[in-house]
Amino acid sequence: MSATIKWFWFASPQTFLPLAGTIARWCAAGAALLAAAGLYIGFFVAPTDAQQGEAYRIIFIHVPAAWMSMFLYVVMAFWAAIGLAFNTRLSGMMASALAPTGALFTFIALWTGALWGRPTWGAYWVWDARLTSELILLFLYLGFMALQAAIDDARRADRAGALLAIVGVVNVPIIYYSVQWWNTLHQGASVSLTRAPSMASTMLAGMVLMALAFWLYGIAAALARVRCIILERE
Amino acid sequence: MNWGGWSEFWAMGGYGFYVWGSYGVTFACLALEILFLLKRSHEAKT
Repeated sequence: MSATIKWFWFASPQTFLPLAGTIARWCAAGAALLAAAGLYIGFFVAPTDAQQGEAYRIIFIHVPAAWMSMFLYVVMAFWAAIGLAFNTRLSGMMASALAPTGALFTFIALWTGALWGRPTWGAYWVWDARLTSELILLFLYLGFMALQAAIDDARRADRAGALLAIVGVVNVPIIYYSVQWWNTLHQGASVSLTRAPSMASTMLAGMVLMALAFWLYGIAAALARVRCIILERE
Repeated sequence: MNWGGWSEFWAMGGYGFYVWGSYGVTFACLALEILFLLKRSHEAKT
């Protein structure tokens, strides 16, 4: 059996079911280990910040959660688009499975941002371009979930949700570039692909470990949820 | 090592409310999601 055929083989929900369970378990274990390492470095190895004192330690969950909130939306829109284009059942289920976890990470990014903003900016919330576009992301996730929940027929719900998800993906680059396009209170990126990160290497290590932990957690949660969806629908 | 003792660790240099408020809510959210997923998967299988 060639590799191509194998991929289509796993596009069937019933054959994907056990595989999803295995991957979810390994990812969950990896997430726990990486989070333990990331938290250890974040609290016991990374030094106190010269300007923000200990308040900066929120970064180890705030930035990874914000990254995941955007990344999961793109993955969700990707599966939604695949589902629309090829009419594959599993794609729509994947999109539905990703939405609650994405919404959760968006909420965490906003919540930790508010608790970080108060000691550093003097306000829990400001209508800054970065904060506002991230709030819109939360509404997009919630809108997607509400729309799907409102339609009884699962396949129709998938198609309607897919349209919303694909239109909403335009918000992701807006969030990402908001700190460059507008004069925001929110700081610019400390880590980017094009230049060296502007932070201590131990701080960066803690942040990257937590990002990987959240990433594996996201995979585990989405796959565990897609298993439930497969079992409920079929 | 950054901390002289546990009380210093929990105080977080005076930012304890903000730091532990962030971490506490984050892990509570993740724990709740895991709980809901376990419950849903249990119900889906029966």
